[in-house]
Amino acid sequence: MTSKKQNQLAIGALYGIAGLVVLILLALLGYILVSGMPKLSWHFLTSPAKAFLSGGGVGIQLFNSFYLLILAMLISFPIALGAAIYLYEYAKDNWVTATIRTAIEILSSLPSVVVGLFGFLFFVVKLRLGFSILSGAFALTFFNLPLLTRSIEDSLRTISDVQREGGLALGLSRWETVTRVILPAAVPSILTGVILSAGRVFGEAAALIYTAGQSAPALNFADWNPFNISSPLNPMRPAETLAVHIWKINSEGIMPDAKAISSGSSAVLVLAILLFNFAARYLGKRLYKRLTSA
Amino acid sequence: MKATQQLEQQLKRRSKAAKLEIWGRVVSFSALLLIVAVVVAIIGFVASKGIATFTSNHVNLWDFLTGKQWNPNITDANGKPEVGALPMIVGSFLITILSALVATPFAIGTAVFMNEISPNKGAKILQPVTELLVGIPSVVYGFIGLSVVVPVTRAIFGGSGFGILSGTCVLFVMILPTVTSMSADALKSVPRYYREASLALGATQWQTIYKVVLRAATPGLMTAVVFGMARAFGEALAVQMVIGNAALMPNSLVSPSSTLTSVLTTGIGNTVMGSLQNNALWSLALVLLLMSLIFNLIIRLIGRKGRLQ
Repeated sequence: MTSKKQNQLAIGALYGIAGLVVLILLALLGYILVSGMPKLSWHFLTSPAKAFLSGGGVGIQLFNSFYLLILAMLISFPIALGAAIYLYEYAKDNWVTATIRTAIEILSSLPSVVVGLFGFLFFVVKLRLGFSILSGAFALTFFNLPLLTRSIEDSLRTISDVQREGGLALGLSRWETVTRVILPAAVPSILTGVILSAGRVFGEAAALIYTAGQSAPALNFADWNPFNISSPLNPMRPAETLAVHIWKINSEGIMPDAKAISSGSSAVLVLAILLFNFAARYLGKRLYKRLTSA
Repeated sequence: MKATQQLEQQLKRRSKAAKLEIWGRVVSFSALLLIVAVVVAIIGFVASKGIATFTSNHVNLWDFLTGKQWNPNITDANGKPEVGALPMIVGSFLITILSALVATPFAIGTAVFMNEISPNKGAKILQPVTELLVGIPSVVYGFIGLSVVVPVTRAIFGGSGFGILSGTCVLFVMILPTVTSMSADALKSVPRYYREASLALGATQWQTIYKVVLRAATPGLMTAVVFGMARAFGEALAVQMVIGNAALMPNSLVSPSSTLTSVLTTGIGNTVMGSLQNNALWSLALVLLLMSLIFNLIIRLIGRKGRLQ
């Protein structure tokens, strides 16, 4: 075979492979959306789940997912921000920094089920928080910290050193340079990173089944006192999220319409992730335009 | 005299800005320390629980790793509990290696297509789609496996449809986007003049791809594949939903079996803290943790080797 023929053959094969992959991925997305869309309705999104009968919704699970997401983000964002600032702006290039970086890498590569089990052992059992939103939020924090730290550090890296030199030359301390000059410039890309990691946290289930629990007690949406047990804001109640719900009803669900509910929930999850993705891109661009003169 | 002393004191005192600087340094460093503490705590806690099977329940480590019977509730003829983890370890490795074997050619092929053959279509179609799919939650993959892959396997091979094969299919699709986008990054970092030099020597495009670009990107591609394997090895729920959850040695690809993660997700809630049954599960978690550390080490070694060249 001449090398020319070989070339044509190989490139044809690559076209085939790429086409096949696109087909698989689009079929996957299409299947989720097409099979789940018919189920989506206001009733499905707002009413509580039913254990034995069909016609239940995912209202409480959806609320739990968002509440856990917000709590986890509130805890993990300041920590990740601080860590990223130190790593990029202060840390010297020595073995201590290298060790810390390795530790962060290890944390990001740990299977989420291991993080969940640790959360179960430490928060649920040792600190006696029980299966609660708080335990779940801490587990999600651990899961989220390395990703968020890395993405914020990457955002800081995109800010040119001229800005740092400018700040220092004006007599600002390093910390002031970071908070007054670097961070405002990095806000758009930090925000993009935060929203993208929010998407990952939103769909996480393995870290939650033994921390936030697998049950969704009825909530009274008129009661916003966080100390009442039926209040949606109570952080000590068990909270099954949407992703955990899909897993739960597929492995031990007994309602007759488990499959339809899972399709609907999967579609909601995927749509939420899509929304996070688009929001990240849109807001990032928009903020960049507003905050800089570009 | 007094006035000069006061002035001296004023000048020697830390300024507000300097105090702020120290404060900022301390706060940001403690955030970093907190993350390190979390890592140490996770490894420490899981290790101390996982070792208990061998120290307080006196299970032989070798028996644990090579035993084929997983029945923590039952003691065998010698009065020892049946905690052989081999079926789960084999299941985990089998499913990881198979899914990586299937995914690698597809992922690298797609990455080459995106980067070398049709960068336009790559940037417009392939990249957004893969980026989006990286973010799809694993339970969704598991649910699709359960409602599509398992029935198809059942129809073709008979049996229940649950097993390693279904798990491999699900994991293949799951790690495909990750490995593809990481491979694409690896190819992107190959300098443009490598390609130009090769083409100028009269090589065809395929020869350039095969003999120059892929060779130069090998460390990065290997990292991508190992990263995908680590993800497959640690994936819990998607696998648990389609593998059948029978703690038996897998004797065929379509018989129900189990992995470390699937036994953990189903078992931890049904055992009593501190009991042998529970400790044995923590030992499985420890194996999982050690494997993830090993994957991490491999990725580092590849990275170091790539840098030396």
